[in-house]
Amino acid sequence: MPTLTINGKEIEVPHGITVLQACELAGFEIPRFCYHERLSVAGNCRMCLVEMERAPKPIASCAMPVGDGMVIRTDSDKVRKARKGVMEFLLINHPLDCPICDQGGECDLQDQAMAYGYDSSRYEENKRAVSEKYMGPLIKTIMTRCIHCTRCVRFATEIGGVEEIGLIGRGEHAEISTLEKAINSELSGNLVDVCPVGALTNAPYAFSARPWELRKTLSVDVLDAVGSNIRVDARGREVMRVLPRLHEDVNEEWISDKTRQAVDGLHYRRLDRPYVRGADGKLKPASWNQAFEAIATKLKGLDGKKIAAIAGDLCDTESMLALKDFMQSLGSPNLDCRQDGAKLGGGARAEYLFNTGIAGIEQADAILLVGTNPRWEAAMANARIRKRFLQAAPPIGLIGQPVDLTYPTQHLGDGPQVLAELAEGKGAFFEVLKRAERPMIVLGSGAVARPDGAAVVAAARKLAEAVGAAGPQAPEGWNGYNLLQRAASRVGGLDLGFLPGEGGRDLEGILAGAESGEVEAVWLLGADELDMVRLGEAFVVYQGHHGDRGAHRADVILPGAAYTEKNGTYVNTEGRVQLGRLAAFPPGEAREDWTILRALSERVGETLPYDSLGELRARLVQLNPVFAALDTREPAAWEPFGTSGPLEAAPFDLPVENFYMTCPISRASKTMAACTEAFVAAPASVAAE
Amino acid sequence: MAMLDRTARSVLLGELLSGMALTLRYMFRPKVTLNYPYEKGALSPRFRGEHALRRYPNGEERCIACKLCEAICPALAITIEAEPRADGSRRTTRYDIDMTKCIYCGYCQEACPVDAIVEGPNFEFAAETREELFYNKDKLMANGDRWEQEIAQNIALDAPYR
Repeated sequence: MPTLTINGKEIEVPHGITVLQACELAGFEIPRFCYHERLSVAGNCRMCLVEMERAPKPIASCAMPVGDGMVIRTDSDKVRKARKGVMEFLLINHPLDCPICDQGGECDLQDQAMAYGYDSSRYEENKRAVSEKYMGPLIKTIMTRCIHCTRCVRFATEIGGVEEIGLIGRGEHAEISTLEKAINSELSGNLVDVCPVGALTNAPYAFSARPWELRKTLSVDVLDAVGSNIRVDARGREVMRVLPRLHEDVNEEWISDKTRQAVDGLHYRRLDRPYVRGADGKLKPASWNQAFEAIATKLKGLDGKKIAAIAGDLCDTESMLALKDFMQSLGSPNLDCRQDGAKLGGGARAEYLFNTGIAGIEQADAILLVGTNPRWEAAMANARIRKRFLQAAPPIGLIGQPVDLTYPTQHLGDGPQVLAELAEGKGAFFEVLKRAERPMIVLGSGAVARPDGAAVVAAARKLAEAVGAAGPQAPEGWNGYNLLQRAASRVGGLDLGFLPGEGGRDLEGILAGAESGEVEAVWLLGADELDMVRLGEAFVVYQGHHGDRGAHRADVILPGAAYTEKNGTYVNTEGRVQLGRLAAFPPGEAREDWTILRALSERVGETLPYDSLGELRARLVQLNPVFAALDTREPAAWEPFGTSGPLEAAPFDLPVENFYMTCPISRASKTMAACTEAFVAAPASVAAE
Repeated sequence: MAMLDRTARSVLLGELLSGMALTLRYMFRPKVTLNYPYEKGALSPRFRGEHALRRYPNGEERCIACKLCEAICPALAITIEAEPRADGSRRTTRYDIDMTKCIYCGYCQEACPVDAIVEGPNFEFAAETREELFYNKDKLMANGDRWEQEIAQNIALDAPYR
């Protein structure tokens, strides 16, 4: 291990890192623009200059590998002078428009100009101007501000996997350029974060707030099942934007565009007061009292077997538990949290978890994707697979619809039969998986939401055991059987057993019962992705935050809180329990969901036994101890699960048709509508050109 | 002897006469009081009176919604909301000053990078109700239009000292 002397401090550092990283380890901060921990080294901003003994000139520390015996100075006069010179050059063409720049207040150039900039400019010639580039509905460009660090180029190429941005021209004529079309990546919002200046800014957020007036709340995302760690920035009662928060094991420091930009949906189509359907068949605004009265009247004396509850994709576990307890007190066994009809849960926890873990993808040396499009179902997991692909290029097989995943895949077939054959040891890819030390099988949530879902699970399990991905033959601590969920509430719901009880109906049973009239009352807890026609004549209570499909069908609407408006527990697809926090209060008369259920339970005379969130969480932990350990991933025991049976011939369908609109929040978002137009609807018209 | 002197002064009303003499002297001196509101005193170009939002000579409003005045205001009297205007430029949709909160420190005009918010020379804006002192953007722009000449002159006069 090389030993360096940095500013007189001796430090031993790992082999192969750069001088900049060594300085960071020694506790000296180096200013930089082009260097980014997760991108390749470019070395073109020259801001990170340091002095090295026996070197004639200052060196760019980000591009210089450490060597034994190096003597580095980061704060000498020579270094300061060199950095001041670099800063002066950077500012030559940078416009002095900080007051109208959205980056103002959180700008690397602004901050570092405070430390290394001169107070006035010596440049008297005309500044250059660069025309704006079109990068789609999410990114606003002001290219005159660009300092050519090329972080955006490297991000798009390396992490986004779309080679659509580049630097053209040289010297003063250098420009970042695009293909004159929207950046077709579900990670494009991160370009705004990597840009150290205000050249790329968040278009929907343009000019709406300043960083110093935002209240920052650390929370988690619920728009997919990855549970990306986010920071919610709110101003007053309004959520203005969402930014990623560093979590090495989940989302690193990126988030998907839906996570980032769907929040404007929180302002539109909100349910802000209770509604009750009147005698004329129209929903009318009502008070909480009237709404509770309508529900209590309906539920009074109704046999528990005729009541059912379905939980949706965005629910926190607390509200699901409150609903489960409420249903049980009414005597109803008809519960289901699997809104998509997935054949999961009730048995081993390993069945429905992404057992390898998202960080674990980086150890896989062969990957099989079954009936999934991770790019749209879990964009951050797909980014991890791409990262692994760039590290070691493991063979990646795909069963299901062929899709562009930003890395090459071998398309093995499109139906469950292919999986079954692999499980029996047939096919070349079986050998690939078998040879691999740490193989991974990723089963999409769409692949198990079919009538033969349980058999698909069984086949995947058989394959996992046969190739040594899981079970006794797997390497110590490795479980390569994965189920990639796409709903944030699903694992939590399965963990707390929001499933049909003894003799209870599952989703299909509830819908069939409602159609035939055997189920008379259905409680939809934020459940919108159902065929509402099948609810028939049933009395429907919709508890949720958006006036979406469920609310249209409902007979009573109870306005709840969206994920930024309540303190809730969510379990991501890996089984990681994380807390979402309240960033702004719910609009109007809307309330946190569990409090609604608690209040109603008192009204119908079956008071739930908790009065505070703390008591409710204690009950949650008592029900399933996994909820006690926050932000850890307990390996699930490899127990039997899945029911082998006949597999259907029908190919695997992809459950997500439009990445940008998958839930009530994103469907209400104008930004997501613009994205749908640009990325999902447009490619057809582009192809026609 | 001293006693005689003192007695003479009191009998001959010495203090009274010297007082009256002082009064008489002041009667012929220039007056320091003004007949307000018919007469007004001179104001420094730096006088910090009623706020105004200025325009450029071409009629374009100066304010670019950078919110620096809102940030620096020690009394939290300024409220701004902004969004892109139809032509894509950054403008305020709301610019409110609560004149009852304002302490007339002048930080807002110091912070303004485009000389948009200024404290003009007008100090006669007393109102009969509180509500009249909650200024919105229209009121401030109207102030700017009304006082532009004086404000521009004051800024020009003060420029050499900045």
